[in-house]
Amino acid sequence: MTAVRAFLAMLLVIGAAAGPAAAETVSITLPPDAITLPAGPGADVTQTQCAFCHSLDYITTQPRGPAAQWQGVVTKMLKVYGAPIGEETARIIADYLTAHYAQ
Amino acid sequence: MTARDTDRPLSRRAMLWGSVSAAAGGLLSPRWPAALAAEADPLLAGRPLARFPEKTDLIVLTTRPPQLETPAAYFDRAITPNEAFFVRYHVFPIPTSVDLARWRLEIKGAVDRPLALSMDDLRTKFPKVSVTAVNQCSGNSRGRFAPRVLGGQWADGAMGNALWSGVRLVDLLKAAGARSTGVDVTFDGLDRPAFPQVPDFVKSLALSRIMNDPHVLVAYEMNGARLPLLNGFPARLIVPGWFGVYWVKNLSEITVLSAPYDGYWMKTAYRIPDTPCGCVEPGGAPKSTVPITRMPVRSFIAAPASGTRLRVGQEIALKGIAFDGGYGIREVLVSDDGGEVWRRTALGADLGPYSFREWSATWKARSAGTVRLMGRAINAIGQSQGTTPLWNPAGYLRNVVEHVDLVVS
Repeated sequence: MTAVRAFLAMLLVIGAAAGPAAAETVSITLPPDAITLPAGPGADVTQTQCAFCHSLDYITTQPRGPAAQWQGVVTKMLKVYGAPIGEETARIIADYLTAHYAQ
Repeated sequence: MTARDTDRPLSRRAMLWGSVSAAAGGLLSPRWPAALAAEADPLLAGRPLARFPEKTDLIVLTTRPPQLETPAAYFDRAITPNEAFFVRYHVFPIPTSVDLARWRLEIKGAVDRPLALSMDDLRTKFPKVSVTAVNQCSGNSRGRFAPRVLGGQWADGAMGNALWSGVRLVDLLKAAGARSTGVDVTFDGLDRPAFPQVPDFVKSLALSRIMNDPHVLVAYEMNGARLPLLNGFPARLIVPGWFGVYWVKNLSEITVLSAPYDGYWMKTAYRIPDTPCGCVEPGGAPKSTVPITRMPVRSFIAAPASGTRLRVGQEIALKGIAFDGGYGIREVLVSDDGGEVWRRTALGADLGPYSFREWSATWKARSAGTVRLMGRAINAIGQSQGTTPLWNPAGYLRNVVEHVDLVVS
């Protein structure tokens, strides 16, 4: 009986020491991207380059718009967000987005 | 010193969640759950629901970084459950593993005693305080702007209300001996961009503002539980009354600066026209801008859902929530005649001026046809909602009178 009590007391001490703030690791695994862009000239480049930084629903959920909109978006990715993309690649991506997401 | 590791071996717990999220991956292909179909909201048509780790089925705006929207049905009550609370990150990668044995909250810069606090330090060395407060994304409802604007096309679910518990920011800054020469204080979390040239997500508040506001917290609990990782575990900043952009998640560094902060996310992004309404003519461009701060008054009808069918003579319960930027809601009104006559509703429990305020009413269908029910809140200083939407190019601050359409037959 005494031994049991001592054991229980020890458990309580450990519980208090551990407490709600005890060391804890929280880990998650994010689901994969679910979007594949429609086929067409520039689709592969657009898929690969854009997906370095974000999933492609960033494209597909945007309002449709003319070439100027998509050129503006690609320019923003380069100039503001520092995307390491050359001018020629940027042009291909903007053309692809315009071809598929203008209207 | 902070812990941020994406490649350490998964703990047993992590494997459990990993399996949950692996299952969720399969759910990401678009499907048409009843919840989305019943909302009859064209903006949400085709959006998938998915269950991310530690979350319930939420509407996916983007996957990486995750932006997840709370379904409208949750806004019939004051407190948003943790698993249903919306998620919004800015840059990728986001932290996917945090080890409390290694995580520290640093307080540094223009301070006399730089600190690196563990979770135990936060819990045992500072008074624990709580506040019930709405966290709303600046761009909540951006998808409803006309003309439309680029950016996250949220419907109305980028908001939630929770009981946040933790320590006062002012207590931390006093413990660190923040110098009176301090001007701005920056807040940085564990998320880091994929490329060094991408601006890291850092926000700032004026030191004078923080020292005079005991409600600004570093919270380690959300509705009495630890925060979900996607909502900021182990700790996040709580700035009651101000838009969620300041509520930095997975918080790891607080830095007192002796000069104004001019990082991208303050100087360039999250700015509104420098006009009394924060708006310009639809399609126009502001002459000058200021950082977005306090939330305007909003209210929503959560039940019945838009598109609900009922019979002439049927009486139904209307339920929803209202909130503002910290003055508190004085009354919520509803109209079924286009805003000619507004009827008072019954307000629910007062959980403080920063909280959602529940409201309810009964309504009887008197004649057949489509009926538009409108809701409108008035706060403690008389501010309310307009019937014409205000517009700005970034799609912020929406607070027009919202509605649901019911079909009576």
